Amino acid sequence: MAMSQDQLKIYLLKAFPDAVIDIKDLAGDNDHFAATVTSSAFHGKSRIQQHKMVFDALEGHMGTRLHALSLKTQTPKE
Amino acid sequence: MSEVFDKIRNDLASHDIVLYMKGNDKFPMCGFSATVVQILKTLKVEFKFVDVLQDMEIREGIKAFTNWPTIPQLYVKGEFVGGCDIVREMYQMGELQDLLAEKGISTSVSS
Repeated sequence: MAMSQDQLKIYLLKAFPDAVIDIKDLAGDNDHFAATVTSSAFHGKSRIQQHKMVFDALEGHMGTRLHALSLKTQTPKE
Repeated sequence: MSEVFDKIRNDLASHDIVLYMKGNDKFPMCGFSATVVQILKTLKVEFKFVDVLQDMEIREGIKAFTNWPTIPQLYVKGEFVGGCDIVREMYQMGELQDLLAEKGISTSVSS
């Protein structure tokens, strides 16, 4: 069972309250998303760490309910 | 799980670049895997690919090994570099080329 864009946003905002989140539905099927997450929480972290923070925020759904999420993380000033 | 980890460690130790992917280098079975294969081919670097669709234990094992929930996963000299998005971003910024150069792997394309 896939995850809706709104659910995805709720998970992300719970973990990154200051985040600016841009989600695109790549295939129009509510299953292939591209998300850009901009948050100060990523300051000083490597890309791998930043992506892991997002995976943690998704509470185990990455790679399962969310099987195709293209991810870009950045800090507000980039 | 430890046998699978041993197999993964062995693959990582015997090849400079290892890509865990869905499908093979000729016919990737997923767009994310295809992107990484394309980047590696553009850089003209040799790599070993492991098709996780052929082996469920490796498929789950590699996720646990690096604590990374998705495929593809790219490793250079035993070190996890990233999944598709990170590899693509690094390639676009020239960082992947720098990393390969640092590790002593020559690419035919200068960044």
